[in-house]
Amino acid sequence: MKRGITETLANESTARKASSITLEGVEKSFSREAIALDGVDLTIKAGEFFTLLGPSGCGKTTLLRILAGLDTPNAGVVSIGGVDVTAVPPHKRSVNTVFQSYALFPHLSVEDNIGFGLKMQGVDKAERTRRVREMAEFIKLSPLLSRRIHQLSGGQRQRIALARALVCEPDVLLLDEPLSALDAGLRGQLQVELQRIQRRLGMTFVFVTHDQQEAMVMSDRIAVLNDGKIQQLDTPRAVFERPANAFVARFMGHSNLLEIKRRGADRLDTAIGPLTLPADAEHMNDGDLVLIRPETIELGDDALGQPNRFDATVVESFYRGSHFEYRLQVEDVALTAFSSNQGQKLFAADDRVPISISPSDLMTVRGEGG
Amino acid sequence: MSKRPFERSVRQLRFRETRHLLLTTLPGAFWIVLFLVLPSLYLVSMAFLTNGTYGQPSLPLTFDAFRQLAGFGFLGWSPGNLYTLLRSLWQTVVATALVVVIAYPIAYYITLCRQSLRPIMLLLVVVPSWTNQVIRAFGWMNLLAPDTPLSNLAQSLGLIAPHMGLFPSSFAVTLGLIYNFLPFMVLPLYAAFEKLDTTLVEAARDLYASPLKAFWVAVFPQTLPGLLAGIVLVAVPAFGMYVVPELLGGGRSLMIGNLVASQFAGGSNWPYGAAASLLMLVATLLGIFLLRRLGRRAGGGEEVVI
Repeated sequence: MKRGITETLANESTARKASSITLEGVEKSFSREAIALDGVDLTIKAGEFFTLLGPSGCGKTTLLRILAGLDTPNAGVVSIGGVDVTAVPPHKRSVNTVFQSYALFPHLSVEDNIGFGLKMQGVDKAERTRRVREMAEFIKLSPLLSRRIHQLSGGQRQRIALARALVCEPDVLLLDEPLSALDAGLRGQLQVELQRIQRRLGMTFVFVTHDQQEAMVMSDRIAVLNDGKIQQLDTPRAVFERPANAFVARFMGHSNLLEIKRRGADRLDTAIGPLTLPADAEHMNDGDLVLIRPETIELGDDALGQPNRFDATVVESFYRGSHFEYRLQVEDVALTAFSSNQGQKLFAADDRVPISISPSDLMTVRGEGG
Repeated sequence: MSKRPFERSVRQLRFRETRHLLLTTLPGAFWIVLFLVLPSLYLVSMAFLTNGTYGQPSLPLTFDAFRQLAGFGFLGWSPGNLYTLLRSLWQTVVATALVVVIAYPIAYYITLCRQSLRPIMLLLVVVPSWTNQVIRAFGWMNLLAPDTPLSNLAQSLGLIAPHMGLFPSSFAVTLGLIYNFLPFMVLPLYAAFEKLDTTLVEAARDLYASPLKAFWVAVFPQTLPGLLAGIVLVAVPAFGMYVVPELLGGGRSLMIGNLVASQFAGGSNWPYGAAASLLMLVATLLGIFLLRRLGRRAGGGEEVVI
């Protein structure tokens, strides 16, 4: 018999049932031109908060739907908890989804919405009521149980969608951009809450988002997807600090990528001039690009007397509170720089500013083609 | 300082609002009064008049027409009109139910077709209704007459007596009603299916609902407004149908519409006919009222607009 949520929480030392997921050579196309997934191999560990990150149309939602059983792959094998579920229909998988549009049943009350999955599984009424009440308590929805869906706000609906999926205690919980319709404050709050719930339940969460900030805040590991392929799979820190290629670098918010014209032993010729690389620079390939992260560019007096020093013209400057954002121009090349706000002067457009980039902050990444 | 100027401007604003409201609703109201309210009042007053010696409605005001409608005649009480009313209700219920059963899959099937094909499919559903009702009824008469393939088939299956046709019969009337009103059910159902939120179906499937249960919980409630609209569009005119029972029923499966028609045209007893049409009106309103109650319950308290 399944334990209730509160029992699970009261007894945190006992490991909850959580399942790993394995995908092997999963392919999915909707027509000859529209290839959604192009041979995806992936292992998601049991009890992990795993995020599929990518721009719209990258295949992340298709991948989630394949895990839920709502789409069938054209090729490949999907296993959950070591069992091949490729051909198992959605209602026979111990997997539940929080949909982007919430997909709550408008003609049912909040209580009946949350209890729907249990009812379909044949859980008797008394047990169902107990578990729904418990879940409502856990997710702070108790006063809303008798309400109707159209009487609720977006944030409340979001919680109900989450409760409806969690109360079934699935092996894997899938979340399809569940926070994208909420305003920024509520989103931040729910990000933290979701993460806390996942840690406490020890359930495997697979989260889909196009927001790299959200992905970094919440995840244990991130898979960055583009064109139906996994570009990089690693911890948030590794994905941000050591992007595998130019796509990942751009997508994670690094906008300064420079082509290499000619390379020497410890120097690279680029469009902004020669750059000194750290002594332990990794092995480079043809077509690699130099990545300069905006927050590593030193501006003004800090830049004087440093290696990799250039003269830049400010094109635009933005005050962003905790930091300043600059659009700079160096030798016809546009660069973006962030400098943290320590009460210094905000440069204005057309100001001439010295900049420098420490060799240890420089790295090279594989180009889009490679 | 006094509040007077402020109050005056509010009053002025209100007056302007009222005037605007009156001016915009007046043409519509005029139309409704002229073509709905006045004729209805005329009909109601007609029902309380007496049938004159030469078949003209005349004073005094009596309940004669209603007494006649209830079945009291020169020869005492006869259940004829009661049968006609019950037969009308029964034919309507059967025909509407069958129309739902036929139209529901058709509407769903059309939404599954390619986008470019859908208008053509809808056109195919609607086109037959562009032909005159009488001509279509005659078409069915030819198809269902004795010694036609369909009649012979029914005969060899033992459904009808030898040398009898499928027409005239109450079966032919029901068939005629279904054929006539199918488009009125397909169109609102199609509209409901077209804007169906499929993620609700996926959510139900994700939450362990079998395909059948997912249909009941996620598809059916979403098509309910279209279904109820279709039922009203089919049942109300079917209840008052005149041409189909007249032609396909062979004068034996009369419906209440035929009773009204015969009193205004053939029998020339206008008060009686008016009373019969009032009965029709009351029955129809009662039906719509019940349907709304039903819709509200099935829709979980949410207003299902008809």
